[in-house]
Amino acid sequence: MSSPDPTPPPAGAPAPAPAPVAAGERRFSLGALVRHRLFWPLVALVVLLVASVVKSPQFLQVTVLDGHLFGGPVDILRRSAVLLLVALGMTLVIATRGIDLSVGAVMAIAGAVALTQIAASPSPDSVTTVTTAILSALVVCLVIGVFNGFMVSVVGIQPIVATLVIMTAGRGIAMLITGGQITTVNSGPYKTLASGFWLGLPVAALIAAFFFAVTAFVTRRTALGVLIESVGINPTASRLAGVRARTIIWIVYVLCALFAGIAGILQSSNIMAADSNNAGLFIELDAILAVVIGGTSLAGGKFSLTGTLVGVLVITTLTLSITILGIPVSAVSLFKALVVIAVCLLQSPVVRHKMRARRRAQAAVPVEVAA
Amino acid sequence: MATQQILEVEPQAGAGASSLASRWQLDRRYLPVLGTLVVLVLMLVIGGSRYENFLSGRVMANLLINNSFLIVLAVGMTFVILTGGIDLSVGAVVALSTCLSAWMFTRGWSAAIAIPASILVGTLIGYLVGLMVHVFEIQPFIATLAAMFLARGLCYLVAPESIPITDPTIVALSQTRWGTADGLVITPSGVVALVVVAVAFVLLHYTRFGRTVYAIGGNEQSARLMGLPVARTKVLVYVISGTCAGLGGFLFAVFSRSGYSLTGIGMELDAIAAVVIGGTLLTGGSGFVLGSVLGVAVLGLIQTIITFEGTLSSWWTKIVIGALLLVFVVLQRLLVVRRR
Amino acid sequence: MTDAAGSTGAPGAPVVEMTGISIAFPGVKALDGVDFRLFPGEVHALMGENGAGKSTLIKALTGVYATDSGRIVVGGQERSFAGPAEAQAAGISTVYQEVNLCDNLSVAENVMLGHEVRRAGGIDWRATRAAAREHLRALDVDIHPSSSLSSHSLAVQQLVAISRAMVVDARVLILDEPTSSLDADEVAKLFDVVRTLRARGVAILFVSHFLDQVYAISDRMTVLRNGQLVGEYRTAELDRVELVQKMIGRSLEVLERLEESPKPQIAERRDTTPYLQAIGLGRKGSIEPFDLDVYPGEVVGLAGLLGSGRTELARLLYGADRADTGSLHVDGDVTRLRSPRSALAHGIVYSSESRKTEGIIGDLTVRENIVLGIQAERGWLRRVPQRKADEVVDQYIRALGIRPANPDAVAGNLSGGNQQKVLLARWLATAPKLLLLDEPTRGIDVGAKAEIQRLVAELAEQGMAVVFISAELEEVLRLSHRLAVLRDRRKVAELANTDDVTTDAVVDLIASGGQQ
Repeated sequence: MSSPDPTPPPAGAPAPAPAPVAAGERRFSLGALVRHRLFWPLVALVVLLVASVVKSPQFLQVTVLDGHLFGGPVDILRRSAVLLLVALGMTLVIATRGIDLSVGAVMAIAGAVALTQIAASPSPDSVTTVTTAILSALVVCLVIGVFNGFMVSVVGIQPIVATLVIMTAGRGIAMLITGGQITTVNSGPYKTLASGFWLGLPVAALIAAFFFAVTAFVTRRTALGVLIESVGINPTASRLAGVRARTIIWIVYVLCALFAGIAGILQSSNIMAADSNNAGLFIELDAILAVVIGGTSLAGGKFSLTGTLVGVLVITTLTLSITILGIPVSAVSLFKALVVIAVCLLQSPVVRHKMRARRRAQAAVPVEVAA
Repeated sequence: MATQQILEVEPQAGAGASSLASRWQLDRRYLPVLGTLVVLVLMLVIGGSRYENFLSGRVMANLLINNSFLIVLAVGMTFVILTGGIDLSVGAVVALSTCLSAWMFTRGWSAAIAIPASILVGTLIGYLVGLMVHVFEIQPFIATLAAMFLARGLCYLVAPESIPITDPTIVALSQTRWGTADGLVITPSGVVALVVVAVAFVLLHYTRFGRTVYAIGGNEQSARLMGLPVARTKVLVYVISGTCAGLGGFLFAVFSRSGYSLTGIGMELDAIAAVVIGGTLLTGGSGFVLGSVLGVAVLGLIQTIITFEGTLSSWWTKIVIGALLLVFVVLQRLLVVRRR
Repeated sequence: MTDAAGSTGAPGAPVVEMTGISIAFPGVKALDGVDFRLFPGEVHALMGENGAGKSTLIKALTGVYATDSGRIVVGGQERSFAGPAEAQAAGISTVYQEVNLCDNLSVAENVMLGHEVRRAGGIDWRATRAAAREHLRALDVDIHPSSSLSSHSLAVQQLVAISRAMVVDARVLILDEPTSSLDADEVAKLFDVVRTLRARGVAILFVSHFLDQVYAISDRMTVLRNGQLVGEYRTAELDRVELVQKMIGRSLEVLERLEESPKPQIAERRDTTPYLQAIGLGRKGSIEPFDLDVYPGEVVGLAGLLGSGRTELARLLYGADRADTGSLHVDGDVTRLRSPRSALAHGIVYSSESRKTEGIIGDLTVRENIVLGIQAERGWLRRVPQRKADEVVDQYIRALGIRPANPDAVAGNLSGGNQQKVLLARWLATAPKLLLLDEPTRGIDVGAKAEIQRLVAELAEQGMAVVFISAELEEVLRLSHRLAVLRDRRKVAELANTDDVTTDAVVDLIASGGQQ
């Protein structure tokens, strides 16, 4: 076998183009740090926080009020909940080479189903009513997830088109459910979901954190994670290796719809209304953005839930910081564009390659750079 | 298999056999578009039998006039999708274009500057997207998403509130109508849309650029190894799509006579839906610009029928479009499977 | 080495002259001061094992890679191409193994892409199609220019690609492994075209793993080893044994052991039931109903040309495609295989001929790739315990000599031979009863090939049932206890591989379709 010598290059040489740092393996050199795929997103996050603190010094202060925690960081967590839930499912879907455009519409449907039930119920404040409403909303989302998964894994339609169907029709369906109204309710238990506190922390954030932890645990403690990656990298080979590729793909779309449903419930609980036109509008884009900022490639394969978390925090903090900095909220999308462009450029293969080449030149070690 | 080979070996013998073979081949490529056409005709027949005046010249003319900007957008989108890309920025660019021209008019700038500027802003954004996609290898989905945010953000800067357009040129354009008394009329916007379609058709089928677009959609790596100008073409399709969006914005300004930063939300989805319903595969390499026009017509007719129905709530539009998309993608899929 | 310029079909100045070419990748010197010359009107074979630097040299010439040092002179001018497009403009065209054309377009469009005949107002399609027809006819390719490319076989597509190269008036035609997926007739046809072009003065650079073909067509050859030039030879003056010696750079020990090892002894195991018994198993449009028994401890070789149904047969036995007729008995019980999973559950595994697209999961590590088989069996819910995974992975990396011996290496970066071993490890780790090997030795170098062959023999000795598929009849004959001969998607004969069975006899069987 004339394969290249497998031993690593001599120590001291600046590790030519190493594979992405494997999980669990940490080297605390500056170079490795800068090259870490979460480096730039984290820089963006820190810059945003610092800018906010400079403008409003008490931003990062956390105070205790009525046994609840208040302050900038808590606010960021609370506001991140909805996006995090959606982005979690999206990460898994994207890892299988897919994409789910329907999450916003699913959120609208979930809110519509839950709130019309609560509104129709004689006892909107009863926990049973709320639980039933939530469960039935999630069942509807489950069905949508099954449909999306069926279209992608069994019928074999491109994910972007398959989910475009629900994205287009979904809001119509939500309006059909609410009869075109913006359904509002008064229900204590339901309101708690988004606005309540438990152990001093916002319930919404706890719910999101819970599902994040469960997803992380399930994907890494079972083989789901590696099988999702395997299917995302090479579906044919995975199937021939005996992996139930269809089932795996189906599972991620169902999960994605379920998480979107939970997000929809949180969102409708936040405003105590089901607004079919605006609930979760464009959240699919924010979610995809968060996933990409977090370093999961749209081409599928390796995924990082932590990365997604960072991506979500960046996006939420951005929105919050802009208000603090006194910039009109309407300009948020401009800044979002700048962050996306900056992070994507810094992560783009071309720029990374250039930076690597420059670093190597600086190190002045005679290593030939090819192609 | 056997018959196919006979058809292939024969042709040099006689022109008859050759045209038979080629026609047999062409049929397959046109099949999705034919499907769209059938749906369109069915809708016309159903509409015509249910409602009076449905098949009138006025309704048909309005179909073109009201959707002229969408036709232009769908044409631009077709180029991008044929290369296997996607452009999410068009709706936002439409808004930016209308806001920009409205803003320029409030500054008292003449239409001779404002109109080209509102179109060129689309070109510029398209060029930026092209660079992101090509030079920095950012996926089209993300690059155009960034462009969408950028354009929306710029809209708010230019026109935080709705700006009415009172410029005489625009007003004149919006009021001009050529045509017969019985309602079969055409507006300048409609003419622009038809010209764009014609130009796109020639570009795609009678220039090397157009062939390269198809080649990239078929197999980008091959196209590169064949020595085709892949880089230039990829940038160019986004420039075309951006320009079409800018032009669409101009047409929308004529249509609505105002500039508002929230216009065109979700318009990119309408454009994509029109292209898909028009038989273009989102994987690229297969589809026709005329199909996209038919796709726009189908979307427009759904709207028209629901308006005519009167009792139907507006949300049925969305549900029907979704259902139609579903039918089309499943049919296309079956077609592909059968071809294998 | 003495140089053979000026002899057979290599007169005058070289059209391509590369001197002192070096290219390094991180950690590897891919090319180290290599010289290479190509003359007009010759077929020049570029020889070497995997990783010798053949494709790197081609990519250096066509501008895919930039060289670190060295000169490239084309047609008397020093050049440095920025990419295939520039090389093409200078008259250097390449036809790759995996035909690089666009199968959504017609034959004519593919031939003429970028060179369409234009008139005022755009492309003149009539003239363009006529030109395409001319170019195809010049190479005796009888297909309709308007037919869609995807309706033609790979072999025809290759000829279309060559026609396309001629449109740009190539002075140099590079054929990179053009024959690896062609059957004998198709190769003959391709060689006719190559000879036509040679007569026209085109310089042809030919890369192939098949020695027979190299000897049949080439005038001269350049041999590379480990990124270095071994020498330039006239084909007629270098016999095969010498060539192989130069390619692998060691004595022929390995090769001789392979070629002279006795055929496997056919032990009488017929007292047992066959592990797998297919009765009238078939699938429409894929393979006609066939019977096949595979006993434990036996290697059944499938002999037949490409497209004869070898792969299709294996895929049915693995449940990758579903059979629509016949029945299957596994270990004596009637079984229906609905998917690879159900085959796995019965101890049947299949290693596909397309390692990259149907085997290795490129971005996953060697460890994950090896464990994937066991993991798939257990389902996603029950992860293979870390300890067990490490054990299995270490064991197979050692047993199969996978290099680099690093379980965390990304599998996609391994060489072809090592990827094949990783795949074998994946399957062996599931403790299979029946191993379906489809072209396990294709495109890998002689050393790794020998190791894999030895492994197959050993596994059979230990009682595993093996179905072995290879395009190389010699290899099939060397390893198998029994042969099933396939032709035109039909099993036409089955015979015990006794000592008197020769390659020629099997070729006759294939040719006659089993009807004596």
